[in-house]
Amino acid sequence: MTATAPPVKDETPADERLLRTSPLQRLLGRPELGSVVGAVAVFVFFAIVADGFLRASSFGTVLYAASTIGIMAVPVALLMIGGEFDLSAGVMVTSAALISSMFSYQMTANVWAGVGVSLLVTLAFGVFNGVMLTRTKLPSFIITLGTFLMLTGLNLGLTKLISGTVSTKTIADMEGFASARALFASQFSVGGVDIKVTVLWWFGLVAVATWILLRTRFGNWIFAVGGGADAARAVGVPVRTTKIGLYMGVAFCAWVSGQHLLFSFDVVQSGEGVGNELIYIIAAVIGGCLITGGYGSAIGSAVGAFIFGMTSKGIVYAEWNPDWFKFFLGAMLLLATLLNHWVRKRAEATR
Amino acid sequence: MRAVRAVLATVLGVSLAATVAGCSATGGKRAEDARKAAAEGRSAVDTPRWTVAMVTHSGDGDTFWDIVQNGAKQAAVKDNINFLYAHSDEGQQQAQLVDSYIDKKVDGLIVTLAKPDAMKAAVARAVKAGIPVITVNSGSEQSKAFGALTHIGQDETIAGEAVGDELDQRGRKKALCVLHEQGNVGHEQRCGGVKKTFDGDLQNLYVDGTNMPDVQASIEAKLQTDRSIDAVVTLGAPFADAAAQAKKAAGSDAEIDTFDLNAKVAAGLKSGQLGFAVDQQPYLQGYEAVDLLWLYRYNADVLGGGRPVLTGPQIITEKDAAALAQFTERGTR
Repeated sequence: MTATAPPVKDETPADERLLRTSPLQRLLGRPELGSVVGAVAVFVFFAIVADGFLRASSFGTVLYAASTIGIMAVPVALLMIGGEFDLSAGVMVTSAALISSMFSYQMTANVWAGVGVSLLVTLAFGVFNGVMLTRTKLPSFIITLGTFLMLTGLNLGLTKLISGTVSTKTIADMEGFASARALFASQFSVGGVDIKVTVLWWFGLVAVATWILLRTRFGNWIFAVGGGADAARAVGVPVRTTKIGLYMGVAFCAWVSGQHLLFSFDVVQSGEGVGNELIYIIAAVIGGCLITGGYGSAIGSAVGAFIFGMTSKGIVYAEWNPDWFKFFLGAMLLLATLLNHWVRKRAEATR
Repeated sequence: MRAVRAVLATVLGVSLAATVAGCSATGGKRAEDARKAAAEGRSAVDTPRWTVAMVTHSGDGDTFWDIVQNGAKQAAVKDNINFLYAHSDEGQQQAQLVDSYIDKKVDGLIVTLAKPDAMKAAVARAVKAGIPVITVNSGSEQSKAFGALTHIGQDETIAGEAVGDELDQRGRKKALCVLHEQGNVGHEQRCGGVKKTFDGDLQNLYVDGTNMPDVQASIEAKLQTDRSIDAVVTLGAPFADAAAQAKKAAGSDAEIDTFDLNAKVAAGLKSGQLGFAVDQQPYLQGYEAVDLLWLYRYNADVLGGGRPVLTGPQIITEKDAAALAQFTERGTR
């Protein structure tokens, strides 16, 4: 018996970073994969149980609901990838709307002037959050909780002080209103379905954020500061600028969202927006962002917002008792996070 | 950092330029000032300066309670009363606020009993301390038992019943009741009242009142699902406008009706965009409460004969809207 030695395989591995991965593996490594699976599941579920969910006009409504959350979920997701939170994001939307409305009204100025001032002030809120965070080194939870409370109080106090009531006066009869409304709160028809312009804003923001994250140096910085701020600083990433920039991104989107609020209803209630910041964070987390930072995507946040829109409106279409809505939401948040976790583990194991 | 600064500078420049260049020739503060004739009140009596405190279950920034306060303040000016106001939508905190006013030894207390159980002990303490208490808005059933002088407000069930009757008269068959706060007893009573007298079918829809786009999208979704809905009843004035927009987007021809009034609702009634509004006259709830406490202090007067004094429901339609528009704009209706 002649023993032939088995052919010895070349066991010295090439550099693992240069390994070719199959397209499937690359797909499994995407942060938004879990949420896409979830979105398909939610869609199929409501398509079966809810009458009228599949109608074209319903799609427009669901998209609108998703877009108002999605516009804010994009910068919140980026911020979470960068390792921080913003609890002031919800009321900042209301602040942005109040500033535009009250500035235009009190100054009897063209509405666009108010919109410009609002952009400026809202960005300043973002800078405040960012600077406070990077200077004091306190956790973002504390800093933005402070901003959240201060803005809530300012919204009410200043509105009451300036307008004399808790809601703003109507600015619908002022110059510039029509053109501003066209930009922030109009709608158009695609194949007989009415689509709100917020959907375009949303898609645009997702596209820009995705480009920033994947194709620019700033995008790398975001992942770096989220993954480990000290390590990032050590290799020359400007951590401070990156974080301030991220908070300004949140402020910018809060401004967009606030202008939509103003120009679609033309009167703003000063007590609104409290609690929405959690909804944005939920959308980002369902979309695959890790709470610990360093991992996630803008497209994922959009999918998360879409799941949110489908669930909240699907329950109406299905004519279910809405007492259970928050329960569904919580269950979905847990499931999505578990699914994300599982998918990521598998992706890392097969690599 | 430099890029950030450049962006800020550009935005600042642009918006300043816009402000200087672009004044609006229509609307705005200038128009309001032109409309408004100054009418500052002076006290009409020379009784000592008593202090009256009001503690409500209002959330932050609620239009309705703003009007109540306006009424109370106006009466306070007239009656030479020092008026204090506090609110919390948490029952326990509302009771604590009442306690702190008792500690301050105010001369009169106005409270709401939206969460009667939480308020029972606090009202009892006030009565024991010799402070006259008047309940407003909610709590008509408990008011007397708790030891309050009078209750001033609208019975939510009766108001709902009035809406049901009005819907019947208008020949509506299927109505939607939009509740903007889950778990609010008054809201359930209103929709329950509508259900009692409405001959058609009534469905409840819960929406998130702090998120207007969501309110609109939810109503839109409902109207798309059920084409046979021919009336939508909202429980607060700000939500009527959202309902009107949802109706437009859903291509429905349902009639929009609402509880409570504001400038926008008055305009909507006038233009026929809204069917009718049920007003409980919040201004009267604040005004009468303060005035009655003054009357009690001055003359030991009590109103109502042990029964609630009703401030509503008053059904307001297109006919009345024109006359009320100016009052809604100054925030007293």
